[in-house]
This record gives sequence, C-alpha cells and structure tokens, in this order.
Amino acid sequence: MRPRFVIGKVLGALSTLLFVVVVNFFLFRVVNDDPVESMFRGRNLSAEQKDRLRQQFNLDGSKLQQFWAYLRELLQGNLGVSLQSRRPVTTEIGEALWPTIALVGTATTLSMVIGVVIGIRAGWRRRSAFDVGSTTFSMFTYSVPDFWLAMLALGLFSVQLGVFPTGGLEDAGTTATGISLLLDQLHHMALPCLVLAIAYVGEYAIVMRSSMLDTVREDYLQLARAKGLRDVEVRRRHAVPNAILPVVSLSALNFGFVLSGSIAVESIFSWPGLGQATLEAIRGPDFPMLQGLFLLFSAAVILANLAVDLLYGFLDPRVGGR
Amino acid sequence: MTAVSRNEVFRRFRRDRLAMFGLVVLVLFALMAILAPLLVDDDGLSAVASLDNPTWARPSGDFLLGTDHLGRSVAAQFVYGSRVSLFVGLMATIFTIAIGSIVGVVAGFAGRWVDAALMRLTDWFLVIPFLPLAIVLAAVLGRGIWNIIFVISITSWPSTARLVRAQVLTVKERLYVDRARALGASQLHVVRRHVLPNVAPLILASATLAVPISILTETTLAFLGLGDPTQASWGKTLEEAFQAGAISRSAWWYYLPAGLGIVAVVLAFTLFGRALEEILDPRLRER
Repeated sequence: MRPRFVIGKVLGALSTLLFVVVVNFFLFRVVNDDPVESMFRGRNLSAEQKDRLRQQFNLDGSKLQQFWAYLRELLQGNLGVSLQSRRPVTTEIGEALWPTIALVGTATTLSMVIGVVIGIRAGWRRRSAFDVGSTTFSMFTYSVPDFWLAMLALGLFSVQLGVFPTGGLEDAGTTATGISLLLDQLHHMALPCLVLAIAYVGEYAIVMRSSMLDTVREDYLQLARAKGLRDVEVRRRHAVPNAILPVVSLSALNFGFVLSGSIAVESIFSWPGLGQATLEAIRGPDFPMLQGLFLLFSAAVILANLAVDLLYGFLDPRVGGR
Repeated sequence: MTAVSRNEVFRRFRRDRLAMFGLVVLVLFALMAILAPLLVDDDGLSAVASLDNPTWARPSGDFLLGTDHLGRSVAAQFVYGSRVSLFVGLMATIFTIAIGSIVGVVAGFAGRWVDAALMRLTDWFLVIPFLPLAIVLAAVLGRGIWNIIFVISITSWPSTARLVRAQVLTVKERLYVDRARALGASQLHVVRRHVLPNVAPLILASATLAVPISILTETTLAFLGLGDPTQASWGKTLEEAFQAGAISRSAWWYYLPAGLGIVAVVLAFTLFGRALEEILDPRLRER
C-alpha cells in the first residue's frame, strides 16, 4: 500500500472523529443551553448551588472556551461524572463494556457463520426451494424489530416453558465460582444471543447470496467444471473464496456495531451492558453518560470503517496502490 | 437507469406476486389508519375513560384484543397506532428524500469545493452510527412526533444524497444537457427539466425502501421511551406492555398485535420497494 493512501484514510477517520466530538459537545450544549437547569429541572436549588454546579461542569465562559475545556478533559480520558450514580462515566462504561462485547460479539460471529453457509447454498442453486425459503426467512428477520423478537422469546422460553432464565447476567445472589459460574452466565446469555443472531443473520445471508450469484456466472467456474471437478469442489475451491470478499468487509464493519448493537434487546433481558446503560441514561436523562456512550459507539464504528478501508487497500492493489 | 415506459413498469409490477401482496397489505393498513375513528372507539385509548373496564382482560366479544393494565382496549391502540407508524414513516421519508436530493443535486452540479465539502459532510453522517445518533438527538430535543420525524430524516439522508449526486454526475455529461446549455438554459432549468426527471425513478425506489427503516426507527425510539407520550403508537404499546409486565403475565394479546403490525407493514414496504427497484434498475433484474 502506498503511504499516501494509509495517511489519507487515517486523516479521514480522525476528521470524522473530530466531527463527532464537535456534534457531541454542541448538541448537548447549544440545543440545551444550560444543562444545569435541565438536569435538575423540578428540584429546588439555590442560585449559589447552581453556580457551583456550573463551575464544576465547566459551564462558565463562552461556548468556545467551554468546548476547549471539554476537549482537554476528553484527551485526558475524562468523560465527566454520571448524574445518576455520581461515578465517573468511564468507570460506568468500563463495567458495562464486557457483558455487551460477550453477548453481541458471540451473536455477530454466530450469525456471520450461519448467514454465510445459508447464502452459499441459496446463491449456488438459485430459485431452488432452499433459496426461496431462506430468502423469505431473511426478509422476515429484516422486518422484525429485534426487541419484539426478544419479548416473544422471553415470553415463550422463559415464562411459558421455563427453560431459560428471565434475565440478568447470572442467578441473583449466586455463590457459584469457576466453571459453574461460567455455565450459569452462558445459560443467561443464550436467549438474548439467539435473538440477536436471528436478527442479524438475514443481512449476511442476503449479501453472501447475491455475491454468489455474481460469481456463478464467471468463466473460471466453467473452466473448473470443464476440468472435471465435482460440483462441491467447484463451489468450495473456486466459487466461495471469490464470493466471500463482500462478506468479509461487511463483517468487519458490523464488528464496529457490536457495542451499540443491542440497545433495546439488552433492556428486555436486563443484561447489564452498554445497551441497558443507554436506556437508563435516556430515562434520567443522564446527559454526561449519553455523551460518553455516543462517543464510544461512534468511535467503534469509525475504527471499524478505517479497518475495512485499509483491509481493502491491502487486498486490492487497484484501491491501495503498490 | 434506462427509461422504462410507464405501462411496462405496471405490467412487470403486476407479474410480481410478492410485490402485489405487499401493495395489498399496505392498502389495507392505510385504510385502517384513515378509517380509525369509524373502526374503533377512541375512548379505548384513554385510561380515564377505561376506568370501569376490567384490566388484563383476555380477548373476548367485548374487547377483540383484550385490555391492558389500565383497562384500555388493545384493539383501539392497535388501530390508532397504525396512524403514527405510517405517518412518521411517510413524513420522515419525504424529508429524508428532500434533504438528500437537495444535497445531491447541489453537490453534483456545483462541483469543486462545494461538492467536496458536502461529500465530506455526507461521509461523516454515513459513518456515525444511526441509532445512537437518533437516540441522542431525540433525548436532547425532547419527546414529540415532529421531533421524531426530524431525528429520523436528519440521520438518514446521506445515502440518498450519494445516490442522487452519482446520477447527477452522469446526467450532467449527456449531450442534451450540453444542447440545453448552448441554447441558454439556466442551471435551474437544466435541473428541473433534465436532471430531476432522470433521477426521479431512482429517488422513488430509494424512498420506498426508506419508509420501512423510518418505521422501524420510530418503533425503536418509542420503545426506548423517546416517542410522543400523547399518541398511541405501536412502539409505545410495546414499551408500555413491557414496563407493565405483560410478558411475565403471559398477556400475549397485549404485545403480539403491535409487533405483528410492524412486521406486516415493514415487510410489505420492503417487498414493494425491492420490486420497484428491480424494475427501474436493470442491473438488479438478474438477481
């Protein structure tokens, strides 16, 4: 890859990040001119108390001065203090990070593998019963709100059949440790993970299928067949490796959405991750928390985008240059 | 994009069974939304007017879809909820398409630094994750149906802008545009007479596909407690059902209809939009 290409992409990502920071600041500060007033709406605070709070939140001075103060704090890794728990936003986010990564990361990987397998079969035999069935299923999962699917799953499997716990990270007040604690947590994660995997699988299946359809017509497949390779061999050795590229970039992009991917579903299963933290911040409203979460969600997606761009430049010399 | 005659579009469309199915479903839901006051009594929406009703009643002759935790009729909420979903879906799409088209046409036509600046902005908006931005905006702006519409359109215009810009760039180079210019046509005239008619079918297809996304976003925002508190909507019904503990009470009649309604409308729009896109864009026809 040419260094120019890499530098250009990195600068592009940085500019996007800066844009997010600016939006993040001014959205909360300009639309909402005096956060202290709206944060403590309905509470009886003396003018002195309000002034002290304004000082504490860097709210004295002009908007630009406030913005520099915000940027300075940000670069030092300070995202402010949560209004609800009175703890640093970074601590709150740090605690909620791993449950979300475990849940959505697993679901994304699962749906990716299943979606690719479905897409390969569907695209290879176009208009077969399998193709029509799986495409209908994909369209259906695309139309279902994930949180409603979560409600159905919770109602059916946890309440009616009682085969899964109704929510949480582990049994309340559990004293289990080691393997049995892990098994308990996996048992709690299974249902939300299944719901998310179903919600995501359609996208992978559709992309893989349409990429296969493009590949099926290529000359090199005819050649492979003419060589006398069996159908399965042609598919596995010649079609799939060429067709899988769009899915690779889609997956890389979607891993950027792992952090923000389960906002509504987590709240249904009271999964103590970033999604539930977001919902609680909305309920507050806890603006510093919302700001921090939005910044984190955006940064993850920006990074994933950068990774995909660089990956493409690496894999395809026409894009990245030698 | 080639010009497909209008009759040809209708003919191909009628042959597509899934698209016709989508159209029928949409017409039914539209009728339900428009005729809502004739179909159900809007007293069913009010907790005060429902004080004498049994709470958590199963579906029966009196209440076709049962009642909720406040004794309100679920059927009334379902029928009136369709109004909000369809209204928000359509309005948000109109604004999305309007913003996207204006940005796309201006960028494609102005070229140079205006184009570069607008495309940078578009890229920024494209990369920022859609739902978190919508959530943050809605949380800051407050709850209201127009805020929801604003939030959805301000977060979803970039893909339309790109589509329109690409189309403008190809149309701009055509000979008949040169001819019009040579004859002294103004920029505005060229845009109105030559560019827009050529871009319109593409915009139409992308609009049809933007509606289901808008509806799903409205539903999610309402479920997260960011919807209009004064109006019954499917997302709000689901939120209230969840908060009131409908799941642990196995009150399926409370949370099943709203979800099915969303699925039906979103699926119908998607089937309709995909068929339209396929007919209007020959490259997709083989799929």
